[in-house]
Amino acid sequence: MKILVCIKQVPDMESKFKVAASGKWYDTADLAWRMNEYDEYAVEQAVQVKEQVGDADLTVLCIGGERVKETMKKALAMGCDRGVHVADDKAAEKEPFEIAGIIAEFARDKQFDLIFTGMQSQDRGSAQVGVLTAEMLGIPSISTIVQFAYADGRIETRRELEGGVKSIVKAAAPALVTCQLGLNTPRYPTLPNIMKAKKKELLSLPVADLLKVDARQETGKMYFPVKKGGGLVLEGEIGQLVDQLIQILKEKTGVLA
Amino acid sequence: MKILLVAEYRDGKLLGSVNELIAFAAKMGADSAMFVVGSEAALPAYAGKLYLADASACGEFNPDVHKQLLLDVVAKEQPEMIAFSHSSYGWDLAPRLAFALKAAQVSEVVEVEDGVLVVPACNAKLRRTVASKTGLTVVTLQAGAFGLTEAPSGSPTVEKVGVAGGGRLEFGGYEAAEAGGVDLTKAEIIVSAGRGIGKPENVEMIAALAKALKGEYGASRPVVDSGWVEHKRQVGTTGQTVTPKLYLACGISGAIQHLAGMKKSEFIIAVNTDKDAPIGDVADVLVVADLKQFVPLLTEKIKAL
Repeated sequence: MKILVCIKQVPDMESKFKVAASGKWYDTADLAWRMNEYDEYAVEQAVQVKEQVGDADLTVLCIGGERVKETMKKALAMGCDRGVHVADDKAAEKEPFEIAGIIAEFARDKQFDLIFTGMQSQDRGSAQVGVLTAEMLGIPSISTIVQFAYADGRIETRRELEGGVKSIVKAAAPALVTCQLGLNTPRYPTLPNIMKAKKKELLSLPVADLLKVDARQETGKMYFPVKKGGGLVLEGEIGQLVDQLIQILKEKTGVLA
Repeated sequence: MKILLVAEYRDGKLLGSVNELIAFAAKMGADSAMFVVGSEAALPAYAGKLYLADASACGEFNPDVHKQLLLDVVAKEQPEMIAFSHSSYGWDLAPRLAFALKAAQVSEVVEVEDGVLVVPACNAKLRRTVASKTGLTVVTLQAGAFGLTEAPSGSPTVEKVGVAGGGRLEFGGYEAAEAGGVDLTKAEIIVSAGRGIGKPENVEMIAALAKALKGEYGASRPVVDSGWVEHKRQVGTTGQTVTPKLYLACGISGAIQHLAGMKKSEFIIAVNTDKDAPIGDVADVLVVADLKQFVPLLTEKIKAL
């Protein structure tokens, strides 16, 4: 059995963002980088399937500059067998159709039985790449899954809908699923597995070999939204802040009455 | 310009987000037509052409079939834009349709500025304007971003549509949210814990503040996903939508999915170390402080009152 999991490296969302000089994306300097949160669930689920079926080969794919190899090493330490790094210093500028095109071009002749992706990235957040990749490959896809089971070439999932409702959706492999937060509990790589991961194959391919489609949209500008709140901002020493807030609770709400 | 609006049914009910689609068409100054897989028993208040496929025949969730139905309608209507809600239905179907039509898809449109589409980035901390390079563009609209100032009126001119064929996905029905336990929608005071609480042991201090205020405690999605708080207490799109008299958000940055579930609360207080956190947009008061110091002291002083 062959499994592919696609991951992205993103900044920690708690970072102080700045707009880049180009005006079209955020400045990538001085940011802490990590695996896209949704993709951690995708990697965990892929590793669980591999452990379940035993005889499986699990490839992790990531597009980006040299920096993304650190994130790929985490996926390898979590249990992926091999890494494919699509070397592209301009990955951040690519729109979802191009990213899906790159992945589909890589996967097309490789007969993956299952493909896992996150349901969206934390920075661009288009929620398109997984579903588009499946369309390009002509295989079924199920998005936003919070439960997954595989048996005898079939998958059974629960999709997360709004308001706490789930739907049951099944399909036959080969298929692609996009993973929602809470699907499983992503494991922490152990030290022995981190050491083992260093010896695993990590192949780099130039993006030019895989990018065969043209962009269908472009960014005009990136900017910070104008604060519309107009709410009161309280700063200062903790004790004073508490007293100020109690005063506000008394004056503006009935809750301390 | 003509926009094809794609409404949604769930469990036989028309979803209210249909009004956001109508509001978006108005904002774009565009003509529109509507498509839905639903039922004649619950038609939208919409003065326009409605292409209606029968959900009992086509299935409420069957992306292959819904895509084919839409392709037929697109061929007839020749729209320049197709609009979905950015929902579990919309973000699933939109890329399939965009691919089949060789169209760009712009996801989670939050506003339109002089005809230019604007989308969020990085957890709503940033915004981005996007230009489509294709003649036909598929868009999904952020929940709650577009609203009508008055209730919609009118009845649609219905044209029934259908399609033969099955689809590769097998839909096995819905699973309702767990019943019983706490009901946050009835609480008048809610103190909520976000990722900023740092570790599960700190849920206790949030619960203690809620108790001191005679309210209930809730949580944002990451806290529930981590298993620190039960799902019944989750506030947001995929949890509960609440409107208490007081909502006190502790260590919650304010992802759009969370804001959608609590921004109609009467009075909102946020405690956060990040002055720029998006929660500040909806908060009446933003206390810039470390909740781990602030919350216990606040609880203590409230108890002493």
